[in-house]
Amino acid sequence: MISSFMMWLILGCMIVTVIPRVVPFIFVRSIELPEVVLKWLSFIPICIFTALIAEHLFIHTTTGVTIHWMYLAVLVPTVVIAVWTKSLSLTVLVGVLLMGTARWFF
Amino acid sequence: MDIEARKHIPSTEHEPFLEGIKDCVPTLLGYMSIGFAFGIVGISAQLSLWDIALLSIFIYAGASQFIICALLVTGSPLSAIILTTFIVNLRHLLLSLTLAPHFTRYSLKQNIGFGLLLTDESFGVAMNKLAQHGKLNNRWMHGLNITAYLCWIAACILGGIFGHWISNPEALGLDFALSAMFAALLVLSLQTVPKSKLTHRLSLVLYMVVTMFVLLHFVPSHVAVLLATMIVATIGVVTDK
Repeated sequence: MISSFMMWLILGCMIVTVIPRVVPFIFVRSIELPEVVLKWLSFIPICIFTALIAEHLFIHTTTGVTIHWMYLAVLVPTVVIAVWTKSLSLTVLVGVLLMGTARWFF
Repeated sequence: MDIEARKHIPSTEHEPFLEGIKDCVPTLLGYMSIGFAFGIVGISAQLSLWDIALLSIFIYAGASQFIICALLVTGSPLSAIILTTFIVNLRHLLLSLTLAPHFTRYSLKQNIGFGLLLTDESFGVAMNKLAQHGKLNNRWMHGLNITAYLCWIAACILGGIFGHWISNPEALGLDFALSAMFAALLVLSLQTVPKSKLTHRLSLVLYMVVTMFVLLHFVPSHVAVLLATMIVATIGVVTDK
């Protein structure tokens, strides 16, 4: 069914995944976060969303890090659709269609 | 519960949970395609269907599940895989810390539940909801989280079963679903920013892109995501008037 190696692997990985997810939910209840920390946290969404996009915008090549041009070419109209429609579903659908089309041609 | 009994419960009792399920829908294409891809990768990394199911049930984190497969293939030791998983998922600490202050009025048990099922996607949808409504409801959050969780597990297993029929899922552009979603979430969160603050927030986006570009020369992308976010959030605090 499952090897003991996989069992220990899953257990270990589960513990290290659960800790960062759950610990703040436990301790934020008992302490009041300082104003400056709350302000810092208010910038996290914008930063992390950008990071999760930028992660794919750049690719490693033998000479260094360069821009993934096709990704950028699809990203720009996707952002325009997001600004225009303000809809998560529509943006995702159009984005996937655009990427599918781009891959079809290139 | 039978239909007769259900009638006596006011409809508002169920509404936030159902609304949570509904709000999860836009993220599902991303979840499903990544989960499905994970099933395929898992099978090709010699994992059994059981391994795939248990990884998605107990770890429930896309990026680290892929990295676990990659490290298994290269024969990495247990300790290295666990340490890497920890670093990859450390980003959740920031998400959890950002979200947690909005749920302190609910019980500890419920808060642990929010934490266990926290993902980049559910965080994004929740912050978007928060910007629109000013507060977050527990049942709404559970509806969102549980839908995402079950769909993720189903997609991973289906990928493991049917994966070998689809030779190249990337060709369909499905891998872009998550990027498109984060782009939309970024745009939506910028749209809730007051006009006077917009230039400041846009400058942070620019700093993020530059910082990511620089960091990617030196560290793996999951470390870059974590470091860049912490650096630029700090710049944000310093430069905000």
